[in-house]
Amino acid sequence: MQRYSAWNLFKHGLRGHKGWQPAWRSPEPKAHYDVVIIGGGGHGLATAYYLAKRHGIRAAVVEKSWIGGGNTGRNTTIVRSNYRLPEMQALLEHALKLWEGLSDELNYNVMFSQRGAIFLGHSDGDMARLAERGDALRCAGIDAELLSRAQVHKLIPLLDISDAARFPIVGGLIQRRGGTARHDAVAWGYARAADALGVDIIQQCEVTGFAIAGGRVTGVETSRGHIGAGRVGIVVAGNSGHVAGLAGLRLPVESHILQAFVTEPVKPMIDTVIMSQSLHCYISQSDKGEIVLGGDPDFYPSYTQRGQPMRIEEVAGQAIGLVPALSKLRMLRGWAGTTDMTCDGSPIFDETPVADLHINGGWCYGGFKATPGSGWLFAEQLATGRVADLARPFGLGRFASGATVDEAGSGPMPHHR
Amino acid sequence: MLLINCPHCGPRAQAEFGFERPVETILPVDASTATMVERLYTRTNARGVSAELWRHSHGCRAWLRIDRHVVTHEILCVALWVALWQAPQ
Ligand SMILES: Cc1cc2nc3c(=O)[nH]c(=O)nc-3n(C[C@H](O)[C@H](O)[C@H](O)COP(=O)(O)OP(=O)(O)OC[C@H]3O[C@@H](n4cnc5c(N)ncnc54)[C@H](O)[C@@H]3O)c2cc1C
Ligand SMILES: [Zn+2]
Repeated sequence: MQRYSAWNLFKHGLRGHKGWQPAWRSPEPKAHYDVVIIGGGGHGLATAYYLAKRHGIRAAVVEKSWIGGGNTGRNTTIVRSNYRLPEMQALLEHALKLWEGLSDELNYNVMFSQRGAIFLGHSDGDMARLAERGDALRCAGIDAELLSRAQVHKLIPLLDISDAARFPIVGGLIQRRGGTARHDAVAWGYARAADALGVDIIQQCEVTGFAIAGGRVTGVETSRGHIGAGRVGIVVAGNSGHVAGLAGLRLPVESHILQAFVTEPVKPMIDTVIMSQSLHCYISQSDKGEIVLGGDPDFYPSYTQRGQPMRIEEVAGQAIGLVPALSKLRMLRGWAGTTDMTCDGSPIFDETPVADLHINGGWCYGGFKATPGSGWLFAEQLATGRVADLARPFGLGRFASGATVDEAGSGPMPHHR
Repeated sequence: MLLINCPHCGPRAQAEFGFERPVETILPVDASTATMVERLYTRTNARGVSAELWRHSHGCRAWLRIDRHVVTHEILCVALWVALWQAPQ
């Protein structure tokens, strides 16, 4: 692997940047791998990287389209670990610690920016819930700070904190270690580092079926032929239900649409991540200067990766209510991803009823922040055949036993969160 | 946005309707625990036609069965849901 450094940039600059090698190879699939990972999003690529790095296993990553073209390249890139439930806190704090060293680890700038992530409180009720969450987080050793209205205003001067505001601001809760990262860079950084360790990244290769013998998976059928495997990991986000279905399995997952959109780029105006305890709108500014906006899902099953304008209107309305200056900006582009919404809103790590066929999915609309941790834990699962400790609460059996991890406390319907 | 042809009201914008749940997740009240778990917590979620229960919430409020293709968004049929008390077969 050619290292990326200021010195190398300078050296290659002298030769007109003609000496750079491709960041990863495009190998033909081999007949057999110890492990095949289905899905070349951030989670699949991170899994492959840690599998090679920590367990010495060189897997193949099989991607039907191009790497990072799924939810990894479509999300609003918010990274934080300030969840309500201890199982989610432990899972995401582990990931956040990995984020903190990720650019060095991969020798790739993932532009992880710990600019702080704020939940706004709009009422006394909101503030009580935020204070409760903050206390719980601090007891778990995760940073959280309750802010007054004046402190929030200092951090986000463009916020409408007037008494006539559409959404009154009473205060907020901030995780200062939270922030954003460059989504594509995460996929590319993991891909490049995994490739350097001998992982085969096979793009334009769709898994269309499984080879199963005696209740055990022995390989995958793909648009580029059969690939044998000792163990297979499904990491396909919105397509979890479809791919598991190819092995005859039904999951607690519905595929829904989530949209995001950005404005034209402007000078820095918002340098924290703004979320709300009561609204469904989140706002941040990318390094390019675009204001990145997202909100609720579209609330009905769909694989189209195409959203309805109604939702954009709603999110834009809320965003302008919070930060009136946004009304001056023109919208540049919008897009949607297909998210794997589970029946409790939490992810799934488990072995399936088919031996050696493992699944990591169900990350709903919140799995980008988990990328390094998810890969780390799933690599351990694929190497040992056992679900890693931090991932143990997220087995498929939790629904039948009643041990669901329902962060939003909103019951069993995937679209009610 | 989908254009949904309500049997009562005619073609109306999706914004007037609410998706309730896939038909396969409707629970008979006297179902066994195993059936309840199966119905509530598993989905076929196929890349194909999905049979769903919707409601014309901001219109006539009728419960509707809508068969929809979840990859193309083609709507195959919209019918009044008259057999709510009956578990789907
Ligand atoms: C609009 C939007 C905003 C979001 N905002 C945030 C946020 O702010 N913070 C956050 O933490 N999370 C957010 N998320 C969620 C986050 O994007 C996902 O949870 C996460 O990216 C999932 O990563 P992944 O690698 O599992 O999925 P993906 O990147 O979707 O990767 C799955 C891959 O599997 C491939 N695949 C599918 N089927 C097959 C097949 N049959 N054969 C081979 N390959 C296949 C796909 O092509 C895809 O590349 C958001 C999601 C969306 C859509
Ligand atoms: Zn009607």
